[in-house]
Amino acid sequence: MSQEILDGLAVIVNEVAGVPVEDVQSDKSFVDDLDIDSLSMVEVVMAAEDKWGVKIPDSEVKNLKTVGDAVAYIAANQ
Amino acid sequence: MTREVVVTGLGMTTPVGGDVESTWQALLSGTSGIRTIDEPWVAEQPAKIAGIMAVDPGSVLERVESRRLDRSQQAALVAAREAWAQAGRPDVDPNRLGAVISTGMGGLTSLMDAYDTLLDRGPSRISPHMVTQIMPNGPAAIVGLEVGARAGVHGQVSACASGAEAVSYAARMIQTGRADVVICGGTEAVIHPITMAGFAAMRALSTRNDDPTAASRPYDLGRDGFVMGEGSGVLVLESADFAAARGATVLGIYGGAGLTSDGHHIAQPDPEGLGAARAIGFALEDAGMSASDIVHINAHATSTPQGDIAESVAIRAALGAHTDNVVVTGTKSMTGHLLGGAGAIESVFTLLALRDRLVPPTANLVDKDPEITLDVAAGAPRALPQGDIAALNNSFGFGGHDVALVFRSA
Repeated sequence: MSQEILDGLAVIVNEVAGVPVEDVQSDKSFVDDLDIDSLSMVEVVMAAEDKWGVKIPDSEVKNLKTVGDAVAYIAANQ
Repeated sequence: MTREVVVTGLGMTTPVGGDVESTWQALLSGTSGIRTIDEPWVAEQPAKIAGIMAVDPGSVLERVESRRLDRSQQAALVAAREAWAQAGRPDVDPNRLGAVISTGMGGLTSLMDAYDTLLDRGPSRISPHMVTQIMPNGPAAIVGLEVGARAGVHGQVSACASGAEAVSYAARMIQTGRADVVICGGTEAVIHPITMAGFAAMRALSTRNDDPTAASRPYDLGRDGFVMGEGSGVLVLESADFAAARGATVLGIYGGAGLTSDGHHIAQPDPEGLGAARAIGFALEDAGMSASDIVHINAHATSTPQGDIAESVAIRAALGAHTDNVVVTGTKSMTGHLLGGAGAIESVFTLLALRDRLVPPTANLVDKDPEITLDVAAGAPRALPQGDIAALNNSFGFGGHDVALVFRSA
């Protein structure tokens, strides 16, 4: 399940920011490792919400430092 | 004493070509870029034709770049990269580098798309890039970021004169010592049912839908309005001293600009062409030249019944008897009217005409309106003399904006 979410998130991050799919790993930081700026993060969140039918409020987004954080949040709230 | 300004880079993406040389060759061969709009929404539109960019700028840029930019910004970036490369990517102090890219209508199609999203899916689904896509300074900002400009990023807004006004402002930045190099021009991409309906409501558009390539026909008796076009033109201007010091190839020389306003009507030209004539006069004065120095005019010539005559009157008022010695062309006959991009691509055309000593023909000029008292190139390119020569580029905009630019051969 988590692997499926990770794979799906990698596709989204690639689509939004051009980061190679293989670079989107659980331990990677969106900001420090993948160079995702705040506007791109909004896009990633919107696409994830649409794909998995979850709601990710802004108050949660700031806690999603790594790709793994996002995968865990989506898995838990799906 | 102001500093001389030279042109060292040119870039374009237009309805007849994806770059400068393909566009220029198409114009010299009299090729029209006007075609039927292949969209379902066109069915109920009075005007169903436009000059759509020959090469989709979104396909030229990286996918991630494209999705963050309005189509007008994509076009400006494509043209800017070509111009900047031709200039040899000048090694200039960023604090001495400016960007002035204008648009008449900004990211209007992005705004309309976002509004559709708002109605369909609600406010939470609006793109975080929407605001920077629609702001009229967006193209200037995007190009400014591309080259790292820190002397100033500006976007002049004067409808269909915007692109020409951008070039004049860029030159002024150099002449007044604010910058050594300024990348400048104009862009537009607003082929959308809302704009087509709006211009059609003004009865400004040609409805020669059954013959798209013949629809834009400046100076011809059968003209019935302009044809919307899209695309961008960009020039790299720099001080002559800076260009010489770095050994840059000079493509042409910026002579001067004249800017006036009609004070007549929001959308109709002054039939006496007074504002336009004064703009031409001021441009010659700014360039330190007289009417007899001009050999060619790239006219605004949108193919509207009134506008073409008003410009003809203005040219004759400004140049007097010398008008008979000037070869005029209306390149919108092939590109359509790029609105805020027009003055920029036509500045490029003017410089290319001076470079190659060739004036592209005005397409579709079959039955010349007797009220047009100009020597208009038609049928085939017309040769210009050798030696030092100069030309004018006219641009006028809804709101009564009149901009004339003078360029000189290198």
